This record gives sequence, structure tokens and C-alpha cells, in this order.
Amino acid sequence: MSGVSLLVQPVWLILLPLVGSIMVFLLASRRAAVGVAVVAGNLALVAGSIGRLGITGPWQHSVGGWGAPLGIDLYLDGLSATMLAMTALVSLGISAYSAAYFSAAAARHFWPLWLLLLTAMNALFLSRDLFNLYVTLELVGIAAVALTAMRGQREALVAAMRYLLTTLLGSMSYLLGVALLYHSTGSVDMVLVGEAPIPASVAAAAFALMAVGLLLKTALFPFHFWLPGAHSSASAPVSAALSALVVKVGFYILLRLWIEVFPALGDGVAWLLGILGGVAVLWGSLQAILQQRAKMLVAYSTVAQLGYFFLALPLVAAGGSRVWGAIVLLVIAHALAKAAMFMAAGNLLAFAGHDRIRDLDRVVQRMPLTAAALGLAGVSIMGLPPSGGFSGKWLLLQASLEQGNWPIALVLLLGGVLAAVYVFKLLEHIFTSGTPLGEPRAVARTMEWAPLMLAIGAIVLGFLATTTLDFLIIGEPFVPGRRDDY
Amino acid sequence: MTPAQLYALVGIGLFFVGLYALGVRQHLLPRILALNIMGSGVFVVLVALARRSDGVDPVPHAMVITGIVVAVSATALALRLMLRVAHATGSATLTDTGDE
Repeated sequence: MSGVSLLVQPVWLILLPLVGSIMVFLLASRRAAVGVAVVAGNLALVAGSIGRLGITGPWQHSVGGWGAPLGIDLYLDGLSATMLAMTALVSLGISAYSAAYFSAAAARHFWPLWLLLLTAMNALFLSRDLFNLYVTLELVGIAAVALTAMRGQREALVAAMRYLLTTLLGSMSYLLGVALLYHSTGSVDMVLVGEAPIPASVAAAAFALMAVGLLLKTALFPFHFWLPGAHSSASAPVSAALSALVVKVGFYILLRLWIEVFPALGDGVAWLLGILGGVAVLWGSLQAILQQRAKMLVAYSTVAQLGYFFLALPLVAAGGSRVWGAIVLLVIAHALAKAAMFMAAGNLLAFAGHDRIRDLDRVVQRMPLTAAALGLAGVSIMGLPPSGGFSGKWLLLQASLEQGNWPIALVLLLGGVLAAVYVFKLLEHIFTSGTPLGEPRAVARTMEWAPLMLAIGAIVLGFLATTTLDFLIIGEPFVPGRRDDY
Repeated sequence: MTPAQLYALVGIGLFFVGLYALGVRQHLLPRILALNIMGSGVFVVLVALARRSDGVDPVPHAMVITGIVVAVSATALALRLMLRVAHATGSATLTDTGDE
């Protein structure tokens, strides 16, 4: 094996951030520099994996030479590589921001947990056995809760506790589903479980348990009760990571289960989740419009945007991989735009000492880059062209019109209008003057550039939509069944 | 009913007992214990159903051991967080603190 191919083994994507996490924990200083270097290295490894994926197609790696069922298989296809790339890009933006954001004392807590979160997410996207997904899901949850609680304020602690109880309940529900599936199939490998005959009653119970567990973690309406508190009370880079990346993890597993393990799910389930998604879009947007604080507005916007992923599920049966591709585009666009928005909102908070939308004072003249980041991210969230958010919603609108699915088309359009209302509510007040409360504090340059770069990324995604969609389907992740080309 | 099925039913029973307590209790300590009981329920299901006609399947046992490690870590975090919440708010419950 040549040196290059040894380095693009997916196992490094887990080892690098894990070792990095232990290193920054032990370091006495320069934590931020090491942390950013590790996250940059992670991006380089992901780029290497993407290169190899383009040449050789999807591949599988048995850790330590032990194959399933005793060992752990890692697996990379277009979908997992896309998720890894999204995580790596957004993580780099968040890391650059965090290097300037945290004091030395806070950095001691932030960097080890943050790299651990990255480790867990990378491992999750590379796993495809149901039990390994449980372990990585739990790791993601624990790291995310600890990061939320890190700020130590009363509201952050209460929100973190509620988040922890919710995420543990979700994991238990998911694990019971795994136990039922293992009993009737004798395997936890997604593809093998999907191909085994499962009695209909067991499949229904297992899907219900696993879906409820994952929906709790993904905060689909009405399971969103924990999200606005946790996402708005955490410190800005953590809010960005939670809203952009952590909630997507549950949806990713649900997507894989939907395709590989439960391909025979009826229209009823798709419609149930689609209706919940539609309600989430409308309810989350309305709540966002009503909020008085910038971070709460952005958090409710996440509730709304998560709804779109589920809203599209009734289109999947007839639309196939095109609809899945559109959903994944929306996932990436939201990750980039929402991370930018939360970090920009964090700048408003750091600059003015508060984030009450009404009292924001001529931000645009004092922090033009932050204002630009909010504007560009807003374009993608509203779904205006050209942006990743537009491409995803446009493809979904096309599919819903082709299938004559008017209710979904209507919610897509209405959701865009409501998003425009809450984005402009925020933008309007950064242009006008308000009552300055105390002396504003300067914000570091990187804290302005990081959200702007991610927001530009959300726009650029609109131009790269076709490339992304072509890349996504390497290894046919949206078609159930075992593929022998790796 | 075979003993294995009986154990599995007991495990599912434990899961729902825990779920009930998690829903109705206010104090965080019983709620954290409730999650542990739910976890034990799932582990009992896994171990009980590992018994097959041709012997015992070792894979679920390995899963349960991993699961216990995960549950212990999560419980440790939950207990520590509970203490911080109690210290900050004066009560070990999830009372809504309002927005300000």
C-alpha cells in the first residue's frame, strides 16, 4: 500500500480530531492554534477522501482488520463524504471564530470538547452499523451538552440539562429499536438488516422507536421544545455548531434508515413526517418573527428550516434520488448559512452587550462585514437566488409541481415569505439607529471574517448545485441494497 | 412462553416504567435514575434475546458492555450538571427561568 492511500483511510478522520482533543486538553497554552490546525488538517483529510472517492468509487475499511460482525466497518460513499465535507468546512469557520472569541480560561474547556464533537460526528458519518451509530450518536450528544453548559450561566445550565435528558431519552428509544431489529435479523449492518425478512409488526415497532428517538434529537416539531433554549443560551460558536451540524446528525441517520433498513415504509409515514415538517416550517417561522432577541430569532429559524427536510419526504417515493439530493442541498445550505448567522449574532451580542433586536444601533456602519454576513446568509435562508437554499427549494418546488403535490408547494412558498419577514426584521434594525446602551466593544477581525466566509459559501453552493448533486450519488446512497463495487 | 421471552418482556416493562417516571417526576435525580432504568431495560432485552436455539450469541453481550460504559459516562455528566443547575437556580428541577 502506498503512503498516499494509507493516509486517505477514513480511520484518520476519527483519529486526528481524537488525538487533537487529548492534546489540547493536556496543553497549557496555544490551545486555539493547535485546535485550528487540527480542524484544518481534518479538512485536508476530507479533501483527500473526496479525491479518492472520485477515482475509485465508494470504499469500506475494516478497523484493525476485524470485519463485521465482531469488528467495526467504516464506509464512505458520496453521501457520507458530502456530510464530512460540510462538517469540515463549517468546523473550520467555527474554529477560526472561536480562536478569537474565547478567553484563555474558556478555551481550556472549549477546545477539547469541540474536537471531541468533531471526532464523534466524523465517526458517525463513517459508520453504517446500527449499534456503532448509537455509540457515536451518544458521543455527539454528550459533547454537545457539555459545550452548551460550558458558559455556566443559569439559563445555559437549565437548557443544557433539558437537552441532556432529551438526547438520552432519544438514544434509549433508538437503542431499543436496534435491539428489536437485531433479534429478528441477527445483524446490525444496515444493508444486511434491510435485506433480511423482518416481521411487519417488529419492523413497525422498531421504526417507531428509532424514528421518535432521532426526531427528538433532530428537534422536529413537536419535539423542538428543547432547541431554542439550548441553541440561544450557548456561547456563539457553540450555538453555530449545534444549529448547523449537531441537529443534522439525527436526520442523517433517519435518512439512511429510511433508504436502507425500511425501504418498504408506506406513504402514511412519509405524510405524517411531511405534515410535521410543514407545521415546523410555519410554526418555527412565526415564532422567529415574534422573537425580540437576535439569538432566539435565529434559533427558531432553525426549527423552521429543519421542517423543510421532513416536508419533502412525501415526494421521495416518486421523486427518488433527485428529491433526496435536493434535501441534502438544503441540509448543507442551512449548515453554512446558520453557522454564519449565529456567529454574526454573536458579534452583535459581543459588540453591543445585548442582542435585543430593537436596540441594535447602526451595526452596518460599525461592523459592515458582520452585516454582510447576515445579509448573505439571509438570502440563502429565504431561498432567494443565487444560493444553496434557493437551489434546494427550487428542486423541491419542481418535484412537488410535477407530482401535483400542491400542499407541499404552498408550504414551500409560504415558508420562504415568512423567512423573508424574520430575516428583514433583523436586517432592518442593523441599518437604523437605536439607543446605545453603554460603550460598544470592538470585535476581532477573524470574528467578522469567519461568518462572512461561511455565508459566501452558502451563496456559492447555489452555483455548485449540479456538481454537488452528481458527487452525492457516488456509490448510489439513495438506492437500497448491497453494492459490490468496493 | 420461554424464559428468554419472559426476560425480554420484563426488559420492555422496565423501559416503560422508566419512561413514565421521566415524564411525571419533577426532581432531576429521579429523572436521571429513570433514564438509567430505561437503559437497563434495553440491556435486559438485548441479553435475553441473545439466547438462540443453537446456543448464545455473544454479540449482544458485547453491545451491552459498550452500552453500560456509555450509560455510566452519560450519568456522570447528568449528575454533575444537576448539581450545577441546583447550585445556580436553587432547585434541582427544570423550572423555566424565563428569557432574561
